[in-house]
Amino acid sequence: MAEERLLYTWKGRLVKAGHAVGRALVSPEPIGFLGGVDGATGVVVERGHPLEGQSVAGRVLVFPHGKGSTVGSYVLYQLAECGCAPAAILNAESEPIVAVGAIIAEIPMVDHLPIHLLRTGDRVEVEGETVRVWRAVEDQGQVR
Amino acid sequence: MRLTAEERSWLGGEAGPALQRAMEIVVALGRIYGAERLIPVESVQISGVSYRNLGEAGLRFLRRWVEEGARVRVPTFLNPTAMDLAAWREQGFDPHFAARQAEIVDLFAQMGVGAGEPMPTCAPYYLARPPRAGSHVAWAESSAVSYANSLLGARTNREGGPGAIAAALTGRVAEYGLHLEANRRPTVTVAVQEPPRTVADFSALGALVGREIGRGIPYFVDLRVEEPLREAKLKALGAAMAATGAVALYHVAGVTPEAAQFTPPAARLTVGSLREGYAMLDEGGDVDLLWVGCPHASLEEIERVAARVAGRRLRRPLWITCSRAVRRVAVEAGWAERIEAAGGRLYADACLAIAPLRDLGIRAVGTTSAKGAFYLRNLAGVAVRFGTLDDLLDSVVS
Repeated sequence: MAEERLLYTWKGRLVKAGHAVGRALVSPEPIGFLGGVDGATGVVVERGHPLEGQSVAGRVLVFPHGKGSTVGSYVLYQLAECGCAPAAILNAESEPIVAVGAIIAEIPMVDHLPIHLLRTGDRVEVEGETVRVWRAVEDQGQVR
Repeated sequence: MRLTAEERSWLGGEAGPALQRAMEIVVALGRIYGAERLIPVESVQISGVSYRNLGEAGLRFLRRWVEEGARVRVPTFLNPTAMDLAAWREQGFDPHFAARQAEIVDLFAQMGVGAGEPMPTCAPYYLARPPRAGSHVAWAESSAVSYANSLLGARTNREGGPGAIAAALTGRVAEYGLHLEANRRPTVTVAVQEPPRTVADFSALGALVGREIGRGIPYFVDLRVEEPLREAKLKALGAAMAATGAVALYHVAGVTPEAAQFTPPAARLTVGSLREGYAMLDEGGDVDLLWVGCPHASLEEIERVAARVAGRRLRRPLWITCSRAVRRVAVEAGWAERIEAAGGRLYADACLAIAPLRDLGIRAVGTTSAKGAFYLRNLAGVAVRFGTLDDLLDSVVS
């Protein structure tokens, strides 16, 4: 395992309070949970989505904002029940579907973050509105 | 956002987990939309009632909220379910589905919705005294939201499912969107060259305008809305614009309560012919069923249908959906009997657009409602014949 260094410490806007640590899974595209994520497995099933085929379970899920049907809030609840919810959710700008979903599913969530700086695989800690990001040392040279 | 001491204590969990979660949702929505404070609401209408939409996860979530002691603090209405809660067998529903659907309604009853006896309907303004002009409510069903804002002059955003429950449990919503005077100004002037006459015409007009202006607030400058069924025509117009677009408020010069405060905006949409609206909604062909009551039928609409079918015999079933309260009056007035004699039925609680119609063996439905046509096709997955009530009835009278 490569050495990891603390790269960023951000204060975002709190949507759902909590504490979580996990590896980032970054989507440049919005996520719609109803029809987009399998509520029983956590696998992204939307055709052509950048995360298609990957599981959100246990990851710090990073995406710009939600999209799609308001019933999507209950898909997040279903994910939490089956133990395949994301560890935390980070958005650029949250909207009601995912925000309400995170609250009812008790998934820590923060928005108003520069999520374009995050990469899949980064180690992320979410604590209240504070977000800390670690990255392997050899990868840090690539940061612009 | 400024919260009162009581609101802060609820958010901190001092009044238990049910109210805490509700408060978290209300506050999160307020933050997202930049609200400065919460405001009390006089009533709430909850959507997300159909088992087909909620699913097992939604049902389990409701159970948990009830177990935690969730109770509504203001008068609360419930959107329709997939089926008539009493006559579901006759409609052809599967007992497993019916049991789940009944449990969902029972959970809402335990929360105190409908004072413990919910009467599921998308037209709560026919159940009790409708909200007064200027009052704040938190309604969820898109046509009811349009009706409350536009025809009654009440103020509501379109609440999502859990958001509406949270508003009912706290008796509050965040002050943003259509709760604020400044956001109720019209954005597009709409001129209509072919005057709509029937309910279906108003539906077709609404379908066209909703498609064109999306989230805008239309201001109809030259729309005449004549009796009979004047109220049903306005209801159909708003329902259609909320279905093909996301119109939550519209103004009609000389008709709706807030129109006089505004002047027509510079942006302009001219609707030439209604024919395009009919073409957009009507797939033609034979139907398995005629549906009246999208949004849920008023007494006046039921009375008109009763008069039209009296002494005739329909070759296809006619289902009229309405609230239990409206049906009770229709039965007492003798209209239900006349409709049933012709082969029709009055079903309470139900909405066909959210029902698993294909499982009931229904593949094509006739309707006068653009909203109905839109969701029958996109949600229920059935073919649609859209037209005037007279044309639809004539097509199935032997």
